[in-house]
Amino acid sequence: MALKTGSQLRTSASGCEVVVIRGTEAEGALLCAGGQMVAETPAQPASGDAGGSTLPVGKRYTDTESGVEVLVVKPGAGPLSFDGRELSLKAAKALPASD
Amino acid sequence: MNLTTLLEMVASGNGDTVLIGSKEQGLTGEELRARASAGAKLIQDAGSQTVVYLGGNGPAFPVALFAAAYAAVPFLPLNYRLSAEQIDEILARQPKPFLISDDPLRTGHGALSLEEFLNLAAPGGAPHEPGGADGEDIAVLLMTSGTTAAPKSAVLRHRHLTSYVLGSVEFASAEPGDATIVCVPPYHIAAVANLISNLYAGRRVVYLDHFTAADWLDIVTKEQITNAMVVPTMLVRIVRELDKRGTPGPGSLRGLSYGGAKIAATVLADALRLFPTTGFVNAYGLTETASSIAVLGPEDHRDALASEDPHVRARLASVGRALPGVEIEIHDPLGRPCAPGVVGDIVVRGPQIAGEYKESGSLVDPAGWFHTRDLGHIDGEGFIFVQGRSDDTIIRGGENIAPAEIEDVLARHPAVADVAVAAIPHEEWGQGIGAFVVLKEGQTEEEDELKNWVRSQLRSSKTPDLVRFVPELPTTPTGKILRRDLVRSLATEAAR
Repeated sequence: MALKTGSQLRTSASGCEVVVIRGTEAEGALLCAGGQMVAETPAQPASGDAGGSTLPVGKRYTDTESGVEVLVVKPGAGPLSFDGRELSLKAAKALPASD
Repeated sequence: MNLTTLLEMVASGNGDTVLIGSKEQGLTGEELRARASAGAKLIQDAGSQTVVYLGGNGPAFPVALFAAAYAAVPFLPLNYRLSAEQIDEILARQPKPFLISDDPLRTGHGALSLEEFLNLAAPGGAPHEPGGADGEDIAVLLMTSGTTAAPKSAVLRHRHLTSYVLGSVEFASAEPGDATIVCVPPYHIAAVANLISNLYAGRRVVYLDHFTAADWLDIVTKEQITNAMVVPTMLVRIVRELDKRGTPGPGSLRGLSYGGAKIAATVLADALRLFPTTGFVNAYGLTETASSIAVLGPEDHRDALASEDPHVRARLASVGRALPGVEIEIHDPLGRPCAPGVVGDIVVRGPQIAGEYKESGSLVDPAGWFHTRDLGHIDGEGFIFVQGRSDDTIIRGGENIAPAEIEDVLARHPAVADVAVAAIPHEEWGQGIGAFVVLKEGQTEEEDELKNWVRSQLRSSKTPDLVRFVPELPTTPTGKILRRDLVRSLATEAAR
C-alpha cells in the first residue's frame, strides 16, 4: 500500500497516531506495535500499549531506503516499521524563530 | 490533518504548560483545547458557516480560531478600525456568520462580546460534534491590506498553515520559561502564523493589544520575554524610547524578529547596538504564502556586520534565504529564471503557498509558482533582496523606475529622516517622480537641494519632479507605507 503525504494513520495495536510528512509510491505496509496503520478509525479502540517503548508526540521517524517520514501526533507504543524495516528517530532541526 | 491536529499535539505534549497570557492567569495547552472544543459546539449549534472575529489581541483570539477549526468553518479576523459600512458589507458576503466582537452594540448582527464568548466556551462545556476539517478546507480568510488595490480575501487552507508549521518549527523545541510578545493585530497573517507556531514550539504567547514602545519594553522586562516579533515602525519607536531612557534593550530578549515592510539601515544599526546580546531575524513572507518564506538569521546578521566584503555587508539589507521546503526564484517578464544579481519578479512555490483569493480564485501558475508582485534579486549564495512592489513601479516617459532606488539615495542625505517615492501624474511624461520627505528635527532643506542630491548620484530621468516635506509618512497599522494617500494629498493641495 502506498503512503499518501498528509494522511493521518492509526491502528488498533497502539494508541499511537502519525501524519505522513513524506509519502511514497513504494509498496509496503506501515506497522506500529505490529499492527498495520490505516486511515480509517479502527473498529476496536487501541487495545493498550502491549508493544515496545512509547513514541512521544511531535517526534519524526524516517526510513532512509524509501524516504518515508512520519510525525507522531498521538503518543503510543511503538515501534514503527515500513516494509519490514524499523524507522529511526530523525534529529531535530535548529531554525531561528521567525514569528 | 488540520490545525486541530496541531492543537491536540500541544494539549498532549504541553498540556500543563501555560501557553497563552500571563504566567499566573494564562491558559494551558489543555485549557485552550477544551475551550476551543466548547466554542466549536456553540458554532455548530448556531449553524454558522464562518467565524468572524472583530476584536483585539487576547485569549479570545486563539480560542475562536481553534473553535472554528474544530467546527470545520473558516475563521475571518477583521480590522476593528473598519467603518460600520465596511463591516456590514463584508458580513453581508458571509453565509451565517458567527460574530465575536469587542463592541457587540456597534456591530449588531447578534454578536457576542469577547467576554461572553470566553464565558460560554468554558472548559467542561459540551464538546463539539466530531468530524473536523479536511486539509483542503479553508482554515482562515484574511483581508489583504490593500495598499495598492481594493482589499481582497486571501484564502488559507488547513494544509497551507500546517505545512508552514511542520516545515519551519520543531515540536516542543522551546526552552521551559520561553515567552514571546505579540503586538501585530489578529487580522494580520503574522498574528495567525505566530500563534500557531509558538503554541507548537511550546513558547508562551503574551499579547500587547495596543502597541506603545514604553508598554512593550515594560512587558518584556516584567514577563521575562525571550522572543519578539515587530514591524519596522515598532522597532523605530522602541529604539527611540531606549535612547530617551538611556538604557540598553532588556537582557531577557534572545530573539527579535522583524519584517512586514522595509527597514531603514540606520534603524537596524541602532537596534543592533541597543540589543547587543539579542539574535536578530529578518522574516519575509506574504499573507498569500502563509507567513515566512525566507529568513535572515542571527548568524547572517553577525557575519554581515563583521565582514569587510561589501557583498557580505550588503546582506544586512537582505531578507535571507528561502526556508526549507520553499523554493524562491527571480523570473524575467517571459517567466525565465534570472541570473544572480539580476532584478526581476520574485516567485515562490511549496506546500505552504496558498496564492488564492475568494474573489479571483488561485493565482498559482501551472508550474506551481506564485508571483509575489515584489521585485528583487538573489545573490550568488541565495540571499534574497526585495526591492519593492512591482505595482509601485513608476513609468516615466516609457522608462520603468523603481521607487526603492531613489528612496535609498534620499535616505542617505544627512537631513532626511524618512522618505517615500511614488508615481505622480505628469503632463509631459504620463507619470512623474514624487518624493515625500520627513526631515530630521531642526533641519531645513530646500526642494532643489534634494533634487540636486539625487541628480548627482543617479541619471537625470530619476531626479524627482517634485519634493514635498511631510511631518510623517502615512502607514498601515503594520508599517506598510500608503503611497496612494501621499499622492492623494497632492490633489487636495492643488484643489485648495
